[in-house]
Amino acid sequence: MTEATIPVAAVGTTGVSRFAGILSSLRRSPAGFIGFVLVALLVLISAIGPFFTPEVAPNVKEILLPAGSPGHLLGTDNEGKDVLVQMIAGGRTVIFVGFVAAAISTVLAIVLGSLAAYLGGWVDSVVVTLADVFLTVPQIVLLAVLGAFFKLDSPVLLALLVGALSWPVLTRAVRAQVFSLKEREFVEAARLLDLGTPRVVFVEILPNMASFILMNFMIGVTNAIYQLVGLYLLGLAPLTGSNWGIMLNRAWIAGAIFNDNSLAWILSPIVAIVLLLLGLVMMTRSLEEILNPRLRDR
Amino acid sequence: MLTVFIVTSGTFFLVRLLPGNPVDTYIQTQIAQTGISYEAAAAQAKNLFSLDPNAPLIQQYLTYMGNLLHGDFGNSALSPGTTVASVIKTYLPWTLFSVGVATVIAFIIGIAAGMTMAYRRETWLDHLLTSIGALLHAIPNYILAILIVVFLGVKLQWFNLTEARGSYTPGVHPSFSLAFLNDIFYHATLPILAYTLTTVGSWALVMKSSTVETLGEDYVTVARARGLSDSRIRNGYVGRNAVLPLFSQLAVSLGFVVGGSIFVEKIFGYQGIGFSLFNAVNGRDYAVLQGIFLVVTISVVAANLLADILYSRLDPRIRVQGKG
Repeated sequence: MTEATIPVAAVGTTGVSRFAGILSSLRRSPAGFIGFVLVALLVLISAIGPFFTPEVAPNVKEILLPAGSPGHLLGTDNEGKDVLVQMIAGGRTVIFVGFVAAAISTVLAIVLGSLAAYLGGWVDSVVVTLADVFLTVPQIVLLAVLGAFFKLDSPVLLALLVGALSWPVLTRAVRAQVFSLKEREFVEAARLLDLGTPRVVFVEILPNMASFILMNFMIGVTNAIYQLVGLYLLGLAPLTGSNWGIMLNRAWIAGAIFNDNSLAWILSPIVAIVLLLLGLVMMTRSLEEILNPRLRDR
Repeated sequence: MLTVFIVTSGTFFLVRLLPGNPVDTYIQTQIAQTGISYEAAAAQAKNLFSLDPNAPLIQQYLTYMGNLLHGDFGNSALSPGTTVASVIKTYLPWTLFSVGVATVIAFIIGIAAGMTMAYRRETWLDHLLTSIGALLHAIPNYILAILIVVFLGVKLQWFNLTEARGSYTPGVHPSFSLAFLNDIFYHATLPILAYTLTTVGSWALVMKSSTVETLGEDYVTVARARGLSDSRIRNGYVGRNAVLPLFSQLAVSLGFVVGGSIFVEKIFGYQGIGFSLFNAVNGRDYAVLQGIFLVVTISVVAANLLADILYSRLDPRIRVQGKG
């Protein structure tokens, strides 16, 4: 973390080069780079891994084999299914829901936050009040209730629900940023040219917040994964299909913690989830350092 | 106040939109089990529950709000005769106790660690503590809870997991004795440990950046130039001002931890509000659900208010400017 990082490109560059700039700055921070590699690796394994591993089928002859058994690197579960195969297959839903939910809440936050700040007046008060209300209600509690009652067995619906509930924090941050940006000269100029609200907000103002939004997007992914896996663990989301959360739930209920042979079964989804979250947090933190020069210059 | 009102109303309508209805379920079971007529069953239900599913929604709503104003939360739908208020009174104190103790511990350790990190920037100690902080910050509370159960409970046998379930040993009567206090802490240790570990990392990291920012302020430079002692600058100038922004986050974190208690309490079998919430969700006991929701929301609003007051007491600048 000692090398100098490239400051975020100045106002006026395009979104694409800005994004490339963020990536190259990430590479300059060792922690951020490790985080990036971790996340990319896990996404890649989850995306293409299942094509190379056999389907998990119950096998009553090989129940609860310990890790390191021949043919089963991480052993088997209480139905004789290979743990490693489940671990590789289990990332898809978790990562998909995490990213889609974060994307939904980020888009909601950008639209609501920037419009509230730019238009002001009653739009602003409505958005702020709504955000306050949603912030007060503990999301996990609301999610648990909704998830359990509505039996959301499709990952897309779960992602929609998680995303729809988690926009308020970022909305407030975006609102604050736009408030300060809208007073700048180039925005003033665009407004005087009568370019129209959508253009001024989305083309002139938003690109200046690209890295800030990217950072919050990653925080959103972490939060969504936290909530999703938690719901699965407690069985509050329908346990159809297989993912890390469901693996954890099954291992926990089967009492895997009390049997040395099945420790790998319960620990492997834990390791996968922790690595994914750790990678995301490392990326976010180094981005934060890049964005906030005060954090590194002293 | 407005927030509490909106949330209460929102919860009321949300809960009624959910599929399934405890009164109808009750009436159906009564008809099936005892063979009484629908009217008789409905009359029984009317006596047992403070809600009538056939009444117009707006009338139900007004009745509910009216009862709430009198402090009446209604009755549990699952266990007739139990009021929602008594459910909350039995379980909430344990959550407030465990979450509160953990928050205080995590806050204090986090501040100390954060200041240490900021003062020894770029040393091995800073890197070590920052890594530990980032790791703890990244791990969800329920995962830490499982790891605690696996390693401290099953592997090392430091804690007897079956005995430590619940919020105190059954048969022991709550009293203000040392033995009871000891018992309470024995049961709460693991949840407290889980909450502390999951929040201490973020406190430390936030405190570190806050301290680093404060170190660059002009008044610190001036204090140095005046030749004040290092410890005086550290405690009187840097520490005080760096802690301030953290108080506004205290309320947010409290709400988060209370929400997270549903996971932690379920895993340790600690009988707090999260545990009873889990049961209410699973049993579709929506009267209890509504009550817990309301209480949790009020606690978060109260915590916010408290943090605001605390913040303005500690920061004279806010006092002068009015509401920041």
